[in-house]
Amino acid sequence: MAFELVVVGTSLGGLSALRNMLRSLPRDFPTAIAIVQHRHKDSDIALTAFLQQFTSLPVGEVEDKTQILPGHVYMAPANYHLLVEPGIFSLSTDEPVSYARPSIDVLLESAADAYGERLIGVLLTGANQDGVQGLAAVKARGGATIVQSPETAECPVLPQAAIASVSVDQVLPLSAITAHLIHLCSPAGR
Amino acid sequence: MVLEKSVLGPEDIEVRLLVDRVYQLYGYDFRNYAAASLKRRIRNFLRMEGLASIAELQRCVLQDRACVERLLLGLTVNTTAMFRDPSFYVAFREQVVPILRTYPFIRIWHAGCSTGQEVYSMAILLQETGIYHRCRIYATDTNEQVLQTARNGIYPQSQMQEYTQLYLKAGGSRSFSEYYTASHGSAILRPALRQHVVFGLHNLVTDGSFNEFNVILCRNVLIYFNQTLQNQVHKLFYSSLCKFGILGLGKQETLRFTAYEHQYEPLVRIEKLYRRRD
Ligand SMILES: C[S@@+](CC[C@H](N)C(=O)[O-])C[C@H]1O[C@@H](n2cnc3c(N)ncnc32)[C@H](O)[C@@H]1O
Repeated sequence: MAFELVVVGTSLGGLSALRNMLRSLPRDFPTAIAIVQHRHKDSDIALTAFLQQFTSLPVGEVEDKTQILPGHVYMAPANYHLLVEPGIFSLSTDEPVSYARPSIDVLLESAADAYGERLIGVLLTGANQDGVQGLAAVKARGGATIVQSPETAECPVLPQAAIASVSVDQVLPLSAITAHLIHLCSPAGR
Repeated sequence: MVLEKSVLGPEDIEVRLLVDRVYQLYGYDFRNYAAASLKRRIRNFLRMEGLASIAELQRCVLQDRACVERLLLGLTVNTTAMFRDPSFYVAFREQVVPILRTYPFIRIWHAGCSTGQEVYSMAILLQETGIYHRCRIYATDTNEQVLQTARNGIYPQSQMQEYTQLYLKAGGSRSFSEYYTASHGSAILRPALRQHVVFGLHNLVTDGSFNEFNVILCRNVLIYFNQTLQNQVHKLFYSSLCKFGILGLGKQETLRFTAYEHQYEPLVRIEKLYRRRD
């Protein structure tokens, strides 16, 4: 069964990691990508515009009930949790999870529920544990799991915590993560 | 990509049985709430109550009325703030108030007002623009407990600093401290602010239209509903708005994915302020 969604979580250092990741994805990358980057609750849309500079894949901030389309990049908006349902996104202002809203755990857990083994979960550089539980859920539902190798991460706390508590499929430096995603999502990938 | 409906897992089925049962027994209808966040709320509730499974919760729902009341609170998200999204209030002041000035009498419906902060924010804005005396605000929620807080208009003093910042960003023209008195860690909002407010219970899923309004504000409520239910509620809003009436949604909400997109035109697109076409 082909992968239909990639979910990515990152906090500290995430901006440059995301930039590098998106920059090396081909314009015909076939799979939808949803991203939680921890950010201040008052930050505005600039993050989306910033990342759009580095890719020809359309990057957009999610509005409630946005349809999930292949080859699109979706950013969680500031101050909302981003949740995945089969085929669409939902938002929530539920209380922050480990101080974070959007929370990586919320995105990954709901995506694991909705997409099961058609999901790839990716954790990049990050300064806290948010995302670890989510990645465990991705793994438990049969999805693929990838973590940035701690020595290549601007902030290794999140990658280390993930590796310590989930038996992650691939631990890779950033450049190799992109290549691996391209491989997994190609028709022959699985 | 054609998305075949994903297969329901055992947990999804349990959730469905639970909400069906709650509806049958008590008439509270969560059946068309957005599934992912509903599931999260239920999981959180199990943890808070120390219950091992949804099946166990089912049993509590059958026997224990108090547990049902807690569940109803637990299933809804009540987060709110005064002048949440200040730019919305700026747009309202600049683009909506001039329209409202042309009416002799103005009816506003805040649907899903939670603990009332949004309602008092609007009352302040209307007062500062000099039209409050011509307004009547109907502020409704499905949850009696949050409504009671709304009626009281007493909030933790600790939040006032943040609210003051938001008030200023929202274009407030006075000193925010004029609007409350501080007492024992609480901020008591001036009762005059609710002079033209009626608070009442109203469930958007099961109750009908109760008046005709010039403005309906429903922010961060519809995100908890699935698309079927969103359309149903938009039907209710459409039929409760007068011609050229104004609809305001939350910052990340849109009419675009609903059946009512073409019944409105955007008034301030990025603030999700719409105007009924006819
Ligand atoms: C997140 S709060 C939004 C508060 C406020 N409008 C704001 O944006 O700050 C959502 C509110 O919707 C209410 N709600 C949920 N389901 C409802 C229903 N079926 N009918 C009316 N209100 C409902 C909840 O009780 C809660 O107070």
